[in-house]
Amino acid sequence: MLLEFLKGLAVTFRHIFKPHITVLYPEQKRVDAPIFRGKHKLNRYADGQERCVGCALCASACPSEAIYLEAAENTPEHPVSPGERYAELYQINLLRCIFCGYCEEACPENAIVLGPEYELAGTRREEFVMNKEDMLVKPEEGFGEYDVEAVHELPATEGLP
Amino acid sequence: MPLRNYPNWGLLVMLELFLISAIKIAFVVGVALGAMPFVVLFERKLLGWIQVRPGPNRVGPWGLLQCIVDGIKLFFKEEIIPDQADKPLYLLAPALVVIPAFLVLAIIPFGPTVHVLGRDINMSVTDLNIGILFFFAIASLGVYGIVIAGWSSNNKYSLLGAMRSSAQMLSYEISLGLSVVGVLLLAGTFDLRTIAEQQAGGFWHWYIFQQPLGFVLFLAAGFAETNRLPFDLPEAETELTGGYHTEYSSMKFAMFFISEYINIMTMSAIVTTLYLGGWTAPIEHGLLPPWLAGPLWFGAKVFVLIFFFILIRGTWPRLRYDQLMAFGWKIVLPLALANIILTACLVALDSPWWVFCLAGLAVIFVIDRIVTMLRRSTLRAA
Ligand code: SF4
Ligand code: SF4
Repeated sequence: MLLEFLKGLAVTFRHIFKPHITVLYPEQKRVDAPIFRGKHKLNRYADGQERCVGCALCASACPSEAIYLEAAENTPEHPVSPGERYAELYQINLLRCIFCGYCEEACPENAIVLGPEYELAGTRREEFVMNKEDMLVKPEEGFGEYDVEAVHELPATEGLP
Repeated sequence: MPLRNYPNWGLLVMLELFLISAIKIAFVVGVALGAMPFVVLFERKLLGWIQVRPGPNRVGPWGLLQCIVDGIKLFFKEEIIPDQADKPLYLLAPALVVIPAFLVLAIIPFGPTVHVLGRDINMSVTDLNIGILFFFAIASLGVYGIVIAGWSSNNKYSLLGAMRSSAQMLSYEISLGLSVVGVLLLAGTFDLRTIAEQQAGGFWHWYIFQQPLGFVLFLAAGFAETNRLPFDLPEAETELTGGYHTEYSSMKFAMFFISEYINIMTMSAIVTTLYLGGWTAPIEHGLLPPWLAGPLWFGAKVFVLIFFFILIRGTWPRLRYDQLMAFGWKIVLPLALANIILTACLVALDSPWWVFCLAGLAVIFVIDRIVTMLRRSTLRAA
Protein backbone atom coordinates (compact mmCIF):
# COMPACT_ATOMS: atom_id res chain seq x y z
CA MET A 1 0.00 0.00 0.00
CA LEU A 2 2.86 2.33 0.82
CA LEU A 3 4.23 1.54 -2.62
CA GLU A 4 0.99 2.65 -4.24
CA PHE A 5 1.12 5.93 -2.31
CA LEU A 6 4.66 6.49 -3.52
CA LYS A 7 3.65 5.66 -7.08
CA GLY A 8 1.00 8.35 -6.84
CA LEU A 9 3.60 10.83 -5.65
CA ALA A 10 5.85 9.90 -8.56
CA VAL A 11 3.04 10.59 -11.02
CA THR A 12 2.41 14.08 -9.67
CA PHE A 13 6.15 14.71 -9.46
CA ARG A 14 6.52 13.92 -13.16
CA HIS A 15 3.66 16.27 -13.96
CA ILE A 16 5.55 19.19 -12.46
CA PHE A 17 7.90 19.19 -15.45
CA LYS A 18 5.28 18.76 -18.15
CA PRO A 19 4.53 21.67 -20.46
CA HIS A 20 1.46 23.60 -19.36
CA ILE A 21 -1.73 23.33 -21.34
CA THR A 22 -3.03 26.71 -20.20
CA VAL A 23 -3.80 29.29 -22.88
CA LEU A 24 -2.43 32.55 -21.46
CA TYR A 25 -5.48 34.44 -22.57
CA PRO A 26 -4.87 38.11 -23.23
CA GLU A 27 -1.49 37.35 -24.82
CA GLN A 28 -2.37 34.07 -26.51
CA LYS A 29 -5.71 33.66 -28.16
CA ARG A 30 -7.31 30.38 -28.89
CA VAL A 31 -8.11 29.63 -32.51
CA ASP A 32 -11.81 29.00 -32.54
CA ALA A 33 -13.70 26.25 -34.24
CA PRO A 34 -15.39 27.43 -37.45
CA ILE A 35 -18.79 26.71 -35.97
CA PHE A 36 -18.10 28.82 -32.88
CA ARG A 37 -21.17 30.84 -31.94
CA GLY A 38 -20.04 34.31 -30.95
CA LYS A 39 -21.20 37.81 -31.82
CA HIS A 40 -23.67 37.99 -34.72
CA LYS A 41 -22.81 39.16 -38.22
CA LEU A 42 -25.15 40.35 -40.97
CA ASN A 43 -23.85 39.17 -44.33
CA ARG A 44 -23.93 40.98 -47.66
CA TYR A 45 -23.82 40.01 -51.29
CA ALA A 46 -20.72 40.55 -53.38
CA ASP A 47 -22.08 43.87 -54.63
CA GLY A 48 -22.53 45.15 -51.10
CA GLN A 49 -26.29 44.69 -50.87
CA GLU A 50 -27.62 43.32 -47.59
CA ARG A 51 -28.87 39.79 -47.60
CA CYS A 52 -31.48 40.42 -44.92
CA VAL A 53 -34.95 40.87 -46.38
CA GLY A 54 -36.63 41.84 -43.14
CA CYS A 55 -38.79 38.73 -42.88
CA ALA A 56 -38.46 38.54 -39.09
CA LEU A 57 -38.17 34.75 -39.12
CA CYS A 58 -35.09 35.07 -36.94
CA ALA A 59 -37.00 37.17 -34.42
CA SER A 60 -39.76 34.59 -34.15
CA ALA A 61 -37.28 31.74 -33.92
CA CYS A 62 -35.32 33.37 -31.15
CA PRO A 63 -36.14 31.61 -27.87
CA SER A 64 -35.08 34.56 -25.74
CA GLU A 65 -36.67 37.29 -27.82
CA ALA A 66 -33.41 39.06 -28.26
CA ILE A 67 -34.05 40.27 -31.79
CA TYR A 68 -36.08 43.32 -32.65
CA LEU A 69 -36.48 44.50 -36.24
CA GLU A 70 -38.57 46.88 -38.25
CA ALA A 71 -38.81 46.22 -41.98
CA ALA A 72 -39.14 48.85 -44.71
CA GLU A 73 -39.91 48.72 -48.44
CA ASN A 74 -37.01 48.90 -50.86
CA THR A 75 -37.14 51.75 -53.34
CA PRO A 76 -35.97 51.04 -56.90
CA GLU A 77 -33.52 53.96 -56.74
CA HIS A 78 -31.75 52.79 -53.61
CA PRO A 79 -32.26 49.08 -53.14
CA VAL A 80 -30.75 48.03 -49.80
CA SER A 81 -31.43 44.37 -50.40
CA PRO A 82 -32.37 42.41 -53.52
CA GLY A 83 -35.75 41.48 -52.06
CA GLU A 84 -38.90 43.48 -51.69
CA ARG A 85 -38.12 44.68 -48.22
CA TYR A 86 -35.13 45.20 -45.96
CA ALA A 87 -34.58 45.62 -42.26
CA GLU A 88 -34.61 49.30 -41.45
CA LEU A 89 -33.93 48.71 -37.80
CA TYR A 90 -32.28 45.53 -36.66
CA GLN A 91 -31.25 45.14 -33.03
CA ILE A 92 -29.98 42.21 -31.04
CA ASN A 93 -29.77 42.49 -27.28
CA LEU A 94 -26.69 40.46 -26.37
CA LEU A 95 -27.71 40.46 -22.73
CA ARG A 96 -30.77 38.40 -23.66
CA CYS A 97 -29.09 36.32 -26.35
CA ILE A 98 -28.07 32.82 -25.36
CA PHE A 99 -26.03 32.20 -28.52
CA CYS A 100 -28.14 29.24 -29.48
CA GLY A 101 -27.85 29.90 -33.19
CA TYR A 102 -31.55 29.43 -33.92
CA CYS A 103 -31.66 32.76 -35.73
CA GLU A 104 -28.95 31.53 -38.04
CA GLU A 105 -30.90 28.35 -38.72
CA ALA A 106 -34.17 30.17 -39.28
CA CYS A 107 -32.84 32.72 -41.74
CA PRO A 108 -33.84 31.88 -45.33
CA GLU A 109 -31.25 34.24 -46.79
CA ASN A 110 -28.18 33.21 -44.74
CA ALA A 111 -28.12 36.81 -43.64
CA ILE A 112 -27.65 36.48 -39.88
CA VAL A 113 -24.79 34.23 -38.78
CA LEU A 114 -22.94 33.89 -35.53
CA GLY A 115 -19.31 34.92 -35.90
CA PRO A 116 -16.14 33.99 -34.03
CA GLU A 117 -15.89 37.08 -31.84
CA TYR A 118 -16.28 36.37 -28.15
CA GLU A 119 -14.71 39.39 -26.45
CA LEU A 120 -18.01 41.02 -25.61
CA ALA A 121 -17.36 42.71 -22.29
CA GLY A 122 -18.82 46.15 -21.68
CA THR A 123 -19.40 48.57 -18.87
CA ARG A 124 -22.91 49.83 -19.67
CA ARG A 125 -26.07 47.97 -20.55
CA GLU A 126 -26.63 50.08 -23.66
CA GLU A 127 -23.40 48.78 -25.12
CA PHE A 128 -24.88 45.33 -25.42
CA VAL A 129 -27.74 46.30 -27.72
CA MET A 130 -26.24 45.91 -31.19
CA ASN A 131 -27.57 47.81 -34.14
CA LYS A 132 -27.16 47.07 -37.82
CA GLU A 133 -23.93 49.07 -38.01
CA ASP A 134 -22.39 46.83 -35.34
CA MET A 135 -23.23 43.64 -37.16
CA LEU A 136 -23.05 44.32 -40.89
CA VAL A 137 -19.83 42.93 -42.32
CA LYS A 138 -17.35 45.61 -43.28
CA PRO A 139 -15.94 45.76 -46.81
CA GLU A 140 -12.50 44.64 -45.59
CA GLU A 141 -13.98 41.46 -44.15
CA GLY A 142 -15.11 40.54 -47.65
CA PHE A 143 -18.59 40.34 -49.09
CA GLY A 144 -19.95 37.48 -51.09
CA GLU A 145 -21.45 34.09 -50.78
CA TYR A 146 -21.68 32.62 -47.33
CA ASP A 147 -22.41 28.93 -47.20
CA VAL A 148 -23.83 28.13 -43.81
CA GLU A 149 -24.15 24.44 -44.60
CA ALA A 150 -20.48 24.11 -45.53
CA VAL A 151 -19.41 25.68 -42.25
CA HIS A 152 -21.65 23.35 -40.30
CA GLU A 153 -20.25 20.31 -42.10
CA LEU A 154 -16.78 21.00 -40.65
CA PRO A 155 -15.73 18.84 -37.73
CA ALA A 156 -16.34 20.66 -34.48
CA THR A 157 -12.81 20.37 -33.21
CA GLU A 158 -11.04 21.69 -36.29
CA GLY A 159 -8.94 24.70 -35.55
CA LEU A 160 -8.70 24.02 -31.83
CA PRO A 161 -5.22 24.04 -30.30
CA MET B 1 41.73 52.88 38.38
CA PRO B 2 38.98 52.75 40.94
CA LEU B 3 36.23 50.34 40.20
CA ARG B 4 33.43 52.82 40.74
CA ASN B 5 34.31 54.57 37.50
CA TYR B 6 33.12 51.56 35.55
CA PRO B 7 29.48 51.17 34.71
CA ASN B 8 27.32 48.64 36.44
CA TRP B 9 28.58 45.27 35.15
CA GLY B 10 25.49 43.29 36.01
CA LEU B 11 23.34 45.67 34.06
CA LEU B 12 25.74 45.50 31.11
CA VAL B 13 25.66 41.73 31.02
CA MET B 14 21.92 41.81 31.14
CA LEU B 15 21.82 44.39 28.40
CA GLU B 16 24.13 42.29 26.26
CA LEU B 17 22.03 39.21 26.78
CA PHE B 18 18.93 41.19 25.97
CA LEU B 19 20.48 42.61 22.81
CA ILE B 20 21.68 39.23 21.52
CA SER B 21 18.28 37.70 22.19
CA ALA B 22 16.51 40.59 20.52
CA ILE B 23 18.65 40.24 17.41
CA LYS B 24 18.07 36.49 17.28
CA ILE B 25 14.32 36.86 17.79
CA ALA B 26 14.13 39.55 15.13
CA PHE B 27 16.05 37.30 12.74
CA VAL B 28 13.94 34.20 13.33
CA VAL B 29 10.60 35.98 13.24
CA GLY B 30 11.73 38.02 10.26
CA VAL B 31 12.81 34.96 8.31
CA ALA B 32 9.65 33.05 9.21
CA LEU B 33 7.29 35.91 8.38
CA GLY B 34 9.28 36.84 5.29
CA ALA B 35 9.40 33.28 4.00
CA MET B 36 5.75 32.57 4.74
CA PRO B 37 4.25 34.46 1.75
CA PHE B 38 6.74 32.77 -0.52
CA VAL B 39 5.83 29.37 0.85
CA VAL B 40 2.22 30.20 0.00
CA LEU B 41 3.23 31.32 -3.47
CA PHE B 42 5.43 28.27 -3.94
CA GLU B 43 2.55 26.07 -2.91
CA ARG B 44 0.22 27.68 -5.41
CA LYS B 45 2.82 27.49 -8.14
CA LEU B 46 3.68 23.88 -7.45
CA LEU B 47 0.04 22.83 -7.27
CA GLY B 48 -0.39 24.59 -10.60
CA TRP B 49 2.53 22.76 -12.16
CA ILE B 50 1.25 19.46 -10.86
CA GLN B 51 -2.03 20.23 -12.61
CA VAL B 52 -0.11 21.21 -15.80
CA ARG B 53 -1.03 24.87 -15.50
CA PRO B 54 1.32 27.77 -14.73
CA GLY B 55 -0.15 28.94 -11.41
CA PRO B 56 -0.21 32.63 -10.43
CA ASN B 57 1.85 34.51 -13.04
CA ARG B 58 0.21 37.90 -13.47
CA VAL B 59 1.52 40.08 -10.65
CA GLY B 60 5.19 40.85 -11.04
CA PRO B 61 7.74 38.62 -12.76
CA TRP B 62 6.60 34.97 -12.56
CA GLY B 63 3.85 36.13 -10.21
CA LEU B 64 6.40 36.82 -7.48
CA LEU B 65 4.45 39.78 -6.13
CA GLN B 66 1.26 37.76 -5.89
CA CYS B 67 1.88 36.94 -2.24
CA ILE B 68 2.34 40.61 -1.34
CA VAL B 69 -0.81 41.56 -3.20
CA ASP B 70 -2.67 38.81 -1.36
CA GLY B 71 -1.50 40.25 1.93
CA ILE B 72 -2.61 43.76 0.97
CA LYS B 73 -5.96 42.42 -0.13
CA LEU B 74 -6.50 40.68 3.20
CA PHE B 75 -5.46 43.81 5.04
CA PHE B 76 -8.01 46.02 3.35
CA LYS B 77 -10.90 43.60 3.41
CA GLU B 78 -13.97 44.39 5.41
CA GLU B 79 -13.87 43.13 8.95
CA ILE B 80 -17.06 41.26 9.71
CA ILE B 81 -17.98 40.07 13.18
CA PRO B 82 -21.11 37.92 13.12
CA ASP B 83 -23.93 39.24 15.29
CA GLN B 84 -24.42 35.97 17.07
CA ALA B 85 -20.73 35.41 17.73
CA ASP B 86 -19.30 35.30 21.23
CA LYS B 87 -17.31 38.48 20.75
CA PRO B 88 -14.44 38.28 23.27
CA LEU B 89 -13.68 34.68 22.36
CA TYR B 90 -14.17 35.37 18.68
CA LEU B 91 -11.52 38.08 18.85
CA LEU B 92 -9.22 36.03 21.05
CA ALA B 93 -9.11 32.90 18.90
CA PRO B 94 -6.82 34.09 16.07
CA ALA B 95 -4.26 35.25 18.61
CA LEU B 96 -4.45 31.92 20.39
CA VAL B 97 -3.58 30.20 17.13
CA VAL B 98 -0.80 32.52 16.05
CA ILE B 99 1.07 32.82 19.32
CA PRO B 100 1.86 29.10 19.77
CA ALA B 101 2.89 28.91 16.12
CA PHE B 102 5.52 31.57 16.71
CA LEU B 103 6.53 30.30 20.15
CA VAL B 104 7.72 27.00 18.73
CA LEU B 105 10.12 28.85 16.44
CA ALA B 106 12.10 29.84 19.53
CA ILE B 107 13.56 26.40 20.19
CA ILE B 108 14.62 25.48 16.67
CA PRO B 109 18.39 25.38 16.27
CA PHE B 110 19.19 26.54 12.75
CA GLY B 111 22.95 26.71 12.96
CA PRO B 112 26.00 25.77 15.02
CA THR B 113 27.55 27.74 17.85
CA VAL B 114 29.64 30.58 16.46
CA HIS B 115 32.17 32.97 17.96
CA VAL B 116 31.29 36.59 17.51
CA LEU B 117 33.34 39.27 19.26
CA GLY B 118 34.70 36.76 21.73
CA ARG B 119 31.33 35.35 22.66
CA ASP B 120 29.83 31.94 21.96
CA ILE B 121 26.50 32.47 20.30
CA ASN B 122 24.13 29.61 19.62
CA MET B 123 22.23 29.97 16.38
CA SER B 124 18.78 29.55 17.87
CA VAL B 125 16.63 31.87 19.92
CA THR B 126 17.01 29.71 22.96
CA ASP B 127 18.33 26.25 23.77
CA LEU B 128 15.99 24.51 26.12
CA ASN B 129 17.21 21.28 27.61
CA ILE B 130 13.62 20.07 27.28
CA GLY B 131 13.23 21.46 23.77
CA ILE B 132 11.18 18.65 22.32
CA LEU B 133 8.81 18.64 25.29
CA PHE B 134 8.37 22.38 24.89
CA PHE B 135 7.47 21.76 21.26
CA PHE B 136 4.76 19.27 22.21
CA ALA B 137 3.42 21.48 24.97
CA ILE B 138 3.12 24.56 22.80
CA ALA B 139 1.95 22.73 19.69
CA SER B 140 -0.97 21.29 21.60
CA LEU B 141 -1.97 24.79 22.71
CA GLY B 142 -2.78 25.58 19.10
CA VAL B 143 -5.86 23.40 19.26
CA TYR B 144 -7.44 25.75 21.81
CA GLY B 145 -7.45 28.57 19.33
CA ILE B 146 -9.11 26.41 16.71
CA VAL B 147 -11.74 25.06 19.07
CA ILE B 148 -12.52 28.52 20.45
CA ALA B 149 -12.70 29.93 16.93
CA GLY B 150 -15.17 27.26 15.91
CA TRP B 151 -17.25 27.60 19.04
CA SER B 152 -17.44 31.38 19.20
CA SER B 153 -18.36 31.84 15.53
CA ASN B 154 -21.79 30.35 16.26
CA ASN B 155 -21.83 28.58 12.93
CA LYS B 156 -22.44 24.89 12.53
CA TYR B 157 -19.71 24.42 9.96
CA SER B 158 -17.20 26.16 12.17
CA LEU B 159 -18.26 24.05 15.11
CA LEU B 160 -17.98 20.84 13.10
CA GLY B 161 -14.52 21.88 11.95
CA ALA B 162 -13.48 22.67 15.50
CA MET B 163 -14.80 19.35 16.78
CA ARG B 164 -12.99 17.41 14.11
CA SER B 165 -9.88 19.39 14.76
CA SER B 166 -9.88 18.74 18.50
CA ALA B 167 -10.51 15.03 18.03
CA GLN B 168 -7.87 14.77 15.35
CA MET B 169 -5.21 16.74 17.17
CA LEU B 170 -5.75 14.86 20.42
CA SER B 171 -5.48 11.52 18.65
CA TYR B 172 -2.43 12.35 16.63
CA GLU B 173 -0.59 14.23 19.35
CA ILE B 174 -0.21 10.97 21.22
CA SER B 175 1.24 9.28 18.18
CA LEU B 176 3.44 12.29 17.50
CA GLY B 177 4.84 12.15 21.00
CA LEU B 178 5.33 8.40 20.97
CA SER B 179 6.94 8.18 17.55
CA VAL B 180 9.67 10.57 18.60
CA VAL B 181 10.64 8.48 21.63
CA GLY B 182 12.81 6.29 19.39
CA VAL B 183 15.04 9.23 18.60
CA LEU B 184 15.09 10.28 22.23
CA LEU B 185 16.22 6.78 23.25
CA LEU B 186 19.07 6.95 20.77
CA ALA B 187 20.02 10.52 21.58
CA GLY B 188 19.56 10.32 25.33
CA THR B 189 18.49 13.95 25.50
CA PHE B 190 15.54 16.26 24.94
CA ASP B 191 17.78 19.07 23.76
CA LEU B 192 17.25 19.72 20.05
CA ARG B 193 20.73 21.23 19.63
CA THR B 194 22.41 18.15 21.09
CA ILE B 195 20.22 15.88 18.97
CA ALA B 196 21.26 17.75 15.84
CA GLU B 197 24.93 17.73 16.83
CA GLN B 198 24.86 13.97 17.33
CA GLN B 199 23.94 13.58 13.68
CA ALA B 200 26.91 15.57 12.40
CA GLY B 201 29.63 14.07 10.21
CA GLY B 202 27.71 12.76 7.22
CA PHE B 203 24.24 11.79 6.19
CA TRP B 204 24.65 8.19 7.33
CA HIS B 205 24.60 9.51 10.90
CA TRP B 206 21.11 10.92 10.46
CA TYR B 207 18.45 9.41 12.67
CA ILE B 208 16.20 8.74 9.71
CA PHE B 209 18.38 5.72 8.92
CA GLN B 210 18.18 4.39 12.44
CA GLN B 211 14.53 5.29 12.83
CA PRO B 212 12.83 4.73 9.46
CA LEU B 213 9.62 3.62 11.13
CA GLY B 214 9.67 6.50 13.58
CA PHE B 215 10.29 8.93 10.74
CA VAL B 216 7.29 7.73 8.72
CA LEU B 217 5.04 7.80 11.77
CA PHE B 218 6.26 11.21 12.87
CA LEU B 219 5.66 12.59 9.40
CA ALA B 220 2.14 11.15 9.26
CA ALA B 221 1.27 12.50 12.70
CA GLY B 222 2.92 15.78 11.81
CA PHE B 223 0.68 16.17 8.78
CA ALA B 224 -2.31 15.59 11.02
CA GLU B 225 -1.01 18.09 13.59
CA THR B 226 -0.63 20.82 11.01
CA ASN B 227 -4.07 20.09 9.51
CA ARG B 228 -2.55 19.48 6.11
CA LEU B 229 -3.88 17.23 3.43
CA PRO B 230 -4.56 14.33 3.55
CA PHE B 231 -5.66 15.19 7.11
CA ASP B 232 -7.20 18.62 6.57
CA LEU B 233 -10.62 17.67 7.87
CA PRO B 234 -10.93 20.70 10.17
CA GLU B 235 -11.01 22.97 7.11
CA ALA B 236 -12.34 20.56 4.48
CA GLU B 237 -13.48 23.22 2.02
CA THR B 238 -15.64 20.79 0.11
CA GLU B 239 -17.61 19.80 3.18
CA LEU B 240 -17.40 22.63 5.69
CA THR B 241 -16.93 25.76 3.53
CA GLY B 242 -13.67 26.46 5.31
CA GLY B 243 -14.24 24.78 8.66
CA TYR B 244 -13.30 26.59 11.83
CA HIS B 245 -12.38 29.85 10.09
CA THR B 246 -15.53 30.09 7.96
CA GLU B 247 -16.74 33.19 9.81
CA TYR B 248 -13.42 34.98 9.88
CA SER B 249 -12.46 37.67 7.43
CA SER B 250 -9.72 40.19 6.81
CA MET B 251 -6.66 40.06 9.06
CA LYS B 252 -8.29 37.67 11.51
CA PHE B 253 -8.48 35.15 8.72
CA ALA B 254 -4.94 36.04 7.75
CA MET B 255 -3.85 35.10 11.27
CA PHE B 256 -5.15 31.57 10.80
CA PHE B 257 -3.54 31.48 7.40
CA ILE B 258 -0.18 32.68 8.72
CA SER B 259 -0.23 30.24 11.60
CA GLU B 260 -0.99 27.35 9.27
CA TYR B 261 2.06 28.08 7.17
CA ILE B 262 4.27 28.89 10.14
CA ASN B 263 3.19 25.52 11.54
CA ILE B 264 4.22 23.83 8.32
CA MET B 265 7.62 25.48 8.53
CA THR B 266 8.14 24.61 12.17
CA MET B 267 7.00 21.05 11.60
CA SER B 268 9.47 20.75 8.73
CA ALA B 269 12.15 22.29 10.92
CA ILE B 270 11.45 19.86 13.75
CA VAL B 271 11.53 16.88 11.39
CA THR B 272 14.78 18.20 9.95
CA THR B 273 16.31 18.54 13.39
CA LEU B 274 15.15 15.19 14.66
CA TYR B 275 15.64 12.97 11.65
CA LEU B 276 17.61 14.78 8.94
CA GLY B 277 20.57 16.06 10.89
CA GLY B 278 19.43 19.61 11.51
CA TRP B 279 21.90 22.15 10.18
CA THR B 280 24.72 19.63 9.69
CA ALA B 281 25.97 18.99 6.18
CA PRO B 282 25.21 15.64 4.50
CA ILE B 283 28.90 15.37 3.68
CA GLU B 284 31.60 17.29 5.50
CA HIS B 285 33.05 19.77 3.04
CA GLY B 286 34.34 22.83 4.89
CA LEU B 287 33.81 24.99 1.81
CA LEU B 288 31.75 27.56 3.62
CA PRO B 289 32.21 29.00 7.11
CA PRO B 290 29.98 27.17 9.58
CA TRP B 291 27.84 30.22 10.38
CA LEU B 292 26.81 30.34 6.73
CA ALA B 293 26.75 26.64 5.82
CA GLY B 294 24.62 25.71 8.85
CA PRO B 295 21.60 27.90 8.12
CA LEU B 296 21.91 27.16 4.39
CA TRP B 297 21.78 23.39 4.87
CA PHE B 298 19.01 23.82 7.36
CA GLY B 299 17.02 25.94 4.96
CA ALA B 300 17.59 23.50 2.12
CA LYS B 301 16.35 20.56 4.17
CA VAL B 302 13.31 22.48 5.38
CA PHE B 303 12.61 23.46 1.79
CA VAL B 304 12.70 19.84 0.64
CA LEU B 305 10.25 18.89 3.38
CA ILE B 306 7.91 21.76 2.48
CA PHE B 307 8.11 20.58 -1.12
CA PHE B 308 7.10 17.16 0.10
CA PHE B 309 4.18 18.63 2.08
CA ILE B 310 2.91 20.35 -1.06
CA LEU B 311 3.51 17.37 -3.32
CA ILE B 312 1.38 15.27 -0.99
CA ARG B 313 -1.31 17.94 -0.98
CA GLY B 314 -1.32 17.79 -4.76
CA THR B 315 -1.50 14.00 -4.84
CA TRP B 316 -3.52 12.36 -2.14
CA PRO B 317 -7.20 12.87 -1.47
CA ARG B 318 -8.60 13.76 1.93
CA LEU B 319 -9.31 10.89 4.29
CA ARG B 320 -12.80 10.18 5.47
CA TYR B 321 -13.36 10.95 9.14
CA ASP B 322 -13.63 7.33 10.28
CA GLN B 323 -10.58 6.44 8.19
CA LEU B 324 -8.69 9.23 9.88
CA MET B 325 -9.55 7.95 13.34
CA ALA B 326 -8.91 4.33 12.39
CA PHE B 327 -5.55 5.25 10.90
CA GLY B 328 -4.57 7.23 13.96
CA TRP B 329 -5.63 4.78 16.65
CA LYS B 330 -5.26 1.42 14.94
CA ILE B 331 -2.14 1.91 12.85
CA VAL B 332 -0.03 4.88 13.88
CA LEU B 333 -0.41 4.55 17.64
CA PRO B 334 0.35 0.79 17.92
CA LEU B 335 3.23 1.15 15.50
CA ALA B 336 4.64 4.03 17.52
CA LEU B 337 4.51 1.82 20.61
CA ALA B 338 6.11 -1.03 18.69
CA ASN B 339 8.82 1.33 17.54
CA ILE B 340 9.59 2.28 21.14
CA ILE B 341 9.88 -1.35 22.21
CA LEU B 342 11.97 -2.26 19.18
CA THR B 343 14.32 0.67 19.66
CA ALA B 344 14.61 0.07 23.37
CA CYS B 345 15.55 -3.58 22.81
CA LEU B 346 18.10 -2.70 20.16
CA VAL B 347 19.59 0.05 22.30
CA ALA B 348 19.85 -2.39 25.19
CA LEU B 349 21.61 -4.87 22.91
CA ASP B 350 24.01 -2.15 21.75
CA SER B 351 23.27 -2.90 18.10
CA PRO B 352 25.05 -1.16 15.22
CA TRP B 353 23.04 1.39 13.21
CA TRP B 354 22.22 -0.91 10.28
CA VAL B 355 20.38 -3.28 12.59
CA PHE B 356 18.10 -0.41 13.61
CA CYS B 357 17.60 0.46 9.96
CA LEU B 358 16.81 -3.08 8.84
CA ALA B 359 14.49 -3.71 11.79
CA GLY B 360 12.55 -0.54 11.11
CA LEU B 361 12.26 -1.24 7.41
CA ALA B 362 11.20 -4.82 8.11
CA VAL B 363 8.38 -3.63 10.37
CA ILE B 364 7.24 -1.14 7.73
CA PHE B 365 7.28 -3.87 5.09
CA VAL B 366 5.38 -6.42 7.17
CA ILE B 367 2.72 -3.93 8.27
CA ASP B 368 2.36 -2.74 4.72
CA ARG B 369 1.80 -6.30 3.47
CA ILE B 370 -0.74 -6.99 6.21
CA VAL B 371 -2.69 -3.80 5.55
CA THR B 372 -2.67 -4.48 1.82
CA MET B 373 -3.96 -8.02 2.31
CA LEU B 374 -6.66 -6.89 4.73
CA ARG B 375 -7.77 -4.22 2.32
CA ARG B 376 -7.88 -6.68 -0.58
CA SER B 377 -9.99 -9.13 1.41
CA THR B 378 -12.44 -6.43 2.49
CA LEU B 379 -12.67 -5.24 -1.09
CA ARG B 380 -13.35 -8.77 -2.25
CA ALA B 381 -15.99 -9.28 0.42
CA ALA B 382 -17.76 -6.07 -0.51
S1 SF4 C 1 -28.45 33.15 -31.05
FE1 SF4 C 1 -30.40 32.40 -30.25
S2 SF4 C 1 -30.82 33.77 -28.57
FE2 SF4 C 1 -29.28 34.77 -29.77
S3 SF4 C 1 -30.36 36.08 -31.14
FE3 SF4 C 1 -30.05 34.17 -32.22
S4 SF4 C 1 -31.86 32.95 -31.80
FE4 SF4 C 1 -31.85 34.64 -30.32
S1 SF4 D 1 -31.90 38.11 -40.72
FE1 SF4 D 1 -32.79 36.55 -42.06
S2 SF4 D 1 -34.52 35.78 -40.88
FE2 SF4 D 1 -33.96 37.71 -39.95
S3 SF4 D 1 -35.21 39.22 -40.93
FE3 SF4 D 1 -33.34 39.18 -42.08
S4 SF4 D 1 -33.69 37.68 -43.71
FE4 SF4 D 1 -35.32 37.40 -42.21
